[in-house]
Amino acid sequence: METLHTLLGPLSFGQGGWGDDLLKGAFLTLQLALCAMTAGLVLGLLLAGAKLSSSRLLRWPASGYTLFVRGVPEFLILLIVFFGSDRLLNWTATSLGLEAGYEVPKFLAAVIGLSLIFAAYACEIFRGAYLAVPTGQIEAGAAIGLTRRQVFLRIRFPQLWRFAIPGLGNLWMVVLKDTSLAAVIALNELLRIAKLGGETEIRPLLFFTAAGVIYLIMTSVSDIGRASLEARARRGVAEV
Amino acid sequence: MKTDVQDRAYLKVEGLHKSYGNLEVIKGVSFTGDEHQVISLLGASGSGKSTILRCINLLEMPNQGEISIDGTRLPLSVSRHGVRKVTDQRALCDIRSKLGMVFQGFNLWAHMTILQNVIEGPVQVLGQSKSEATDRAEHLLERVGIADKRHNYPNQLSGGQQQRVAIARTLAMDPKVLLFDEPTSALDPEMVGEVLSVMRDLADEGRTMVVVTHEMGFAREVSDKVIFLHEGKISEQGTPDEVFGNPQSRECQQFLAKVL
Repeated sequence: METLHTLLGPLSFGQGGWGDDLLKGAFLTLQLALCAMTAGLVLGLLLAGAKLSSSRLLRWPASGYTLFVRGVPEFLILLIVFFGSDRLLNWTATSLGLEAGYEVPKFLAAVIGLSLIFAAYACEIFRGAYLAVPTGQIEAGAAIGLTRRQVFLRIRFPQLWRFAIPGLGNLWMVVLKDTSLAAVIALNELLRIAKLGGETEIRPLLFFTAAGVIYLIMTSVSDIGRASLEARARRGVAEV
Repeated sequence: MKTDVQDRAYLKVEGLHKSYGNLEVIKGVSFTGDEHQVISLLGASGSGKSTILRCINLLEMPNQGEISIDGTRLPLSVSRHGVRKVTDQRALCDIRSKLGMVFQGFNLWAHMTILQNVIEGPVQVLGQSKSEATDRAEHLLERVGIADKRHNYPNQLSGGQQQRVAIARTLAMDPKVLLFDEPTSALDPEMVGEVLSVMRDLADEGRTMVVVTHEMGFAREVSDKVIFLHEGKISEQGTPDEVFGNPQSRECQQFLAKVL
């Protein structure tokens, strides 16, 4: 009992323990990932729409964007957003005749950066899913007299998820783990707390292991969620 | 709108041409059909029969030609050459809602139950209330013998059942003309009969139908008019007795010798 306490003591809750700090960090990590995914899904859908559009004016910028974001390290994107967003905000402020000296809240900056990454990958997933809906489903809609808009909203969009969810599930896990990159702007997400705790208690391995376990719990629960969403989206469709 | 007798044909296809790139698949096809008539389009695969059917409701865009149904022309731009465009999306949807299409691959919407499949058109296109559409859908499903499956999803039904639902879905729109695109070709042999028998009933109650089929027995018994296509052109047309009993063209004779 004594040895167990010396071994895991630093992870206990309450006075002198880091347990509650780690949980708070995990909560922030989840919040970051959820916000990034929500914004990223919306932006990803818009990008996919642009990429599938017949207008070059929409297609080219969208293609350039996804090519760039997917082609450079995620950490680099985050650094550009973290440091660029302040500059951009202040530049906008001064050119509007306001005083400079604003700062983009760290949480917001991290959400923006992560959602920009999420969106680039989600765009490709949505584009593939859009094209994967069988032509016959679309033709049956057109043949019965549905407008193009109705065909999209009633037939294509609901079926798109069946093809998109597996990929989006993967992407969710990636973004959940990428939140750790936000430690660079001193956002107290899970990994940063673990690092702080490990340094303070001089037990880095213990803290990193604990963080790893928490990440694993979050990703495993997510995977169960993904599986049940996938099953729901596949209802009515023969197993392949 | 013209009113002379010739133009009063219920279904009229005139000078239809269709090419994919340099490949011309329909080379000037014209025919008419009267109300309550069953017209069968026959021919070897690649003869263009499905393409003609798909041009009638503009799932394929014809390069040339006019199509009209009950005096209403399909809303196509008049360019003689090159790609034609639909001039009026609303009119297109309106016409399509009056043309029922039954596909070879059924194409029931996978994410909807059988009942939802059948009421989709009436509710979304015709603006019927859900309860009104449901009443009628249940009646139609009863008629094609699938009422007990109405809360199932399409993949839980056999091919023959799915095709019967697809027919009910089409009937729910109360179309002026029914277009059948090889409705039994994707079915296991033991299910062909159940679909043909539903189609026979529809013909008996006086529905106007255009049927692309390889079922020669059905074409011969049920059709009022048989059109035989060869390489994108009509090479023979007439009553079933004329075409089956005494075919004039060589292609038709050879085709019938092979399939009968």
